Amino acid sequence: MADKTITVRAARFDPEHDKEPRLQSYEVPFYDESMVVLDALNHIKNHIDGSLSYRWSCRMGICGSCGMMVNGTPKLTCNAFLRDYWPRPVVVQPLNNFPLIRDLVIDMDDFMHKLKSIKPWIIRKQELPLGAGEHRQTNEQIDDFRQFSECINCMLCYAACPIYGLNEEFLGPAATALARRYNLDSRDEGLKDRLPVVAEAEGIWECSFVGECSVVCPKGVDPAKAIQQTKLDTTMRFVLPYGNRE
Amino acid sequence: MDFESYDVLVVGGGLAGIRAAIAAVEANPNVRVGMVSKVYPMRSHTVSAEGGAAAALGPGDSFETHAFDTIKGSDYLADQDVVEAFVREAPVEIIQMEHWGCPWSRNPDGTIAVRPFGGMSTWRTCFAADKTGFHMLHAVFQTSLKYPQIIRHDEAFVTKLLIEDSRCVGVVALDIKTGRFDAITAKSVILATGGVGRVYAFTTNGNICTGDGMALAYRAGAGLKDMEMVQFHPTGLPFTGILITEAVRGEGGYLLNKDGERFLKRYVPNKMELGPRDIISRAMVTEFEEGRGFEGPHGKYMHLDVRHLGEKVIDRKLPFMRELGREYVGIDIVKEPIPVRPVQHYEMGGVDANISGETEILGLYAAGECANVGLNGGNRLGSNSLPECLVFGAAAGRAAAHYAATAKPATANPVDAMLWDEARRVESDYLEKKGGNERIGPIREEMQHEMDAGAGVFRNKEGLSRLARNLGGLRERFEKVKVDDTSRTFNTEIIAALELDFMLEVASVIVFSGLAREESRGAHARRDFPERDDEHFLKHTVAYHTNTLAPRLEYRDVHITEYQPQARSY
Repeated sequence: MADKTITVRAARFDPEHDKEPRLQSYEVPFYDESMVVLDALNHIKNHIDGSLSYRWSCRMGICGSCGMMVNGTPKLTCNAFLRDYWPRPVVVQPLNNFPLIRDLVIDMDDFMHKLKSIKPWIIRKQELPLGAGEHRQTNEQIDDFRQFSECINCMLCYAACPIYGLNEEFLGPAATALARRYNLDSRDEGLKDRLPVVAEAEGIWECSFVGECSVVCPKGVDPAKAIQQTKLDTTMRFVLPYGNRE
Repeated sequence: MDFESYDVLVVGGGLAGIRAAIAAVEANPNVRVGMVSKVYPMRSHTVSAEGGAAAALGPGDSFETHAFDTIKGSDYLADQDVVEAFVREAPVEIIQMEHWGCPWSRNPDGTIAVRPFGGMSTWRTCFAADKTGFHMLHAVFQTSLKYPQIIRHDEAFVTKLLIEDSRCVGVVALDIKTGRFDAITAKSVILATGGVGRVYAFTTNGNICTGDGMALAYRAGAGLKDMEMVQFHPTGLPFTGILITEAVRGEGGYLLNKDGERFLKRYVPNKMELGPRDIISRAMVTEFEEGRGFEGPHGKYMHLDVRHLGEKVIDRKLPFMRELGREYVGIDIVKEPIPVRPVQHYEMGGVDANISGETEILGLYAAGECANVGLNGGNRLGSNSLPECLVFGAAAGRAAAHYAATAKPATANPVDAMLWDEARRVESDYLEKKGGNERIGPIREEMQHEMDAGAGVFRNKEGLSRLARNLGGLRERFEKVKVDDTSRTFNTEIIAALELDFMLEVASVIVFSGLAREESRGAHARRDFPERDDEHFLKHTVAYHTNTLAPRLEYRDVHITEYQPQARSY
């Protein structure tokens, strides 16, 4: 099957010329079963049309750059295999719910602000001096937050989130999961600093545990769980008689 | 015209760059630090580092053995004073990363665990499962967000260093989103742009590893040191080049040839799978040549077998490897061996810098893979590069902050003129170019395949000379490149053109440096000069830019303290 090809329909949009995104079709050779959608995009860019714009780097599912809608589902394109689509065409579009910059490139500055807002660093009342060595932490204590630390910031969960789609003020799945990552870390004492940002921000109470975020996560993170746990934390803080209510 | 202006400007947002930025601020809280990166920092290629970070932490370890292992691993091309400083600082940096939240895997008593690694004589590699680089990068990046003094310019591509009176005073950067050229001035500039693996076709490196900082410094007049020393990692997945971590062997995995034989007994009998990368890669290629490799659709390969470790150990210590095997090869590594072959992985060479990261250009510093501070010599030991980013990133950050405290700011007029000239150059070379019939993609692919063929695990004069000529031809074709994309908005084809321009430059330095080193040392294995020649080549190669493709080469003595060169056997 040396001549096997697959049709890729890629979204094109240049704000300097276009009012609306449109789909453009390309025929791409499909010569190896391990080819991914990203390989097809690279073939287009290198050999057919150099103007197609998209982000990518590691091509091994860890840098988080190449998230796009593939046949309507948020995917890492380095991890979406052509064999799963062929012989039907693959439709590649920019991630849903984000402002569009160009072709397949979305604007994710909003997430960068949200990430910073949840104070994603270890907060301690008293910092341990370096000379004192490491904090003792067991693998079981790491297991408490491990899955939330696996977030690669790929934005697939935001593209799948119906609440974020309606209200961009919503902190959203990944940022909530990362706040949870630090709150559950035995070395951290920053829960009180983070909770106002996480729980009192808009949207979290509207999240109805649809769980689409957790379904599309390529790294097995469960942001929906983080959101439900955060709601519980907040409730507990207000109902317990000695809860910290400053 | 208004320019952004900083005390310290870091180019690159990976582990070395972010560590440098934090160190600068911690050295002097009044320092304003700019960080310009062509990608969002958490996309940097540090994320792909898997196995771990070496440091003599434990009671059973010593600075002396870590230093000796590193020097022997380097085939005596490392600067020994630099290695000695590095091994002392590495444990401090590992603890610092722990305080910043890195989820290091632990011993039962809650202390940081270590695992064995290639070329290390004892267990000293700290790890966060098999995503060590990912966890370190995210921890240090997220920590950096708490410093208001660090101001980021994400997705901006540096095209040129600003040099005024022989001093580096900033950069010209192309803002990718808008297509606007900016001068970003600074009293000191730190290059931390990572490696250059994308000059090869078969590489573990991500698309962004295009040697930008190396080319920027080289064109500005700094030297590139030991660039012929290119590391080939023994275990890449055929076709994709995805890295299978050395920790697979550290945890007890076997490398097997097609006869089911642990062939390393013929090459590194005392170390077996934990031999250094250069020797194991040569052993694999030798076995292939002698007919003992497996034949696959993507060339010859070996088996990396972890089945005897059991599911529990694999899931605890190598979960990402299981995921990569499942997704990219369609195998479960618990039940099937992993196909692997040597793959370009790391550039030991880099911008010539001293122990503080200072380059030959005043105000210009370099750290991480883009630098050569003299740590890795002819062959880097696995798990030394992550601590290198920390130790020498921090050193460069402190030195740059210290220098910035007394340095004068750039003067506006020359900067304005330099910005204008640089913007015009890029626009006329690419955006507004009339004519031209060459495409970027094919030239890049040809360069990559030429480099694989001519500057791989084994080299010789004939192959390197042909490669040098062919790179010259590719450079001529590159001059006739025509881009399809004339938009100002997120024009990734312009970025690809600028990157290819840089890569052709750096590839030539690799090749000419390799041609001139007529010996075999570390990763530079010459079939026509199979022996190490300490009499003539116990020296660093330092390459300087000229008006031709061929650099001017100088040689500099290696710093020897107490470890005299010996025959290197394992």
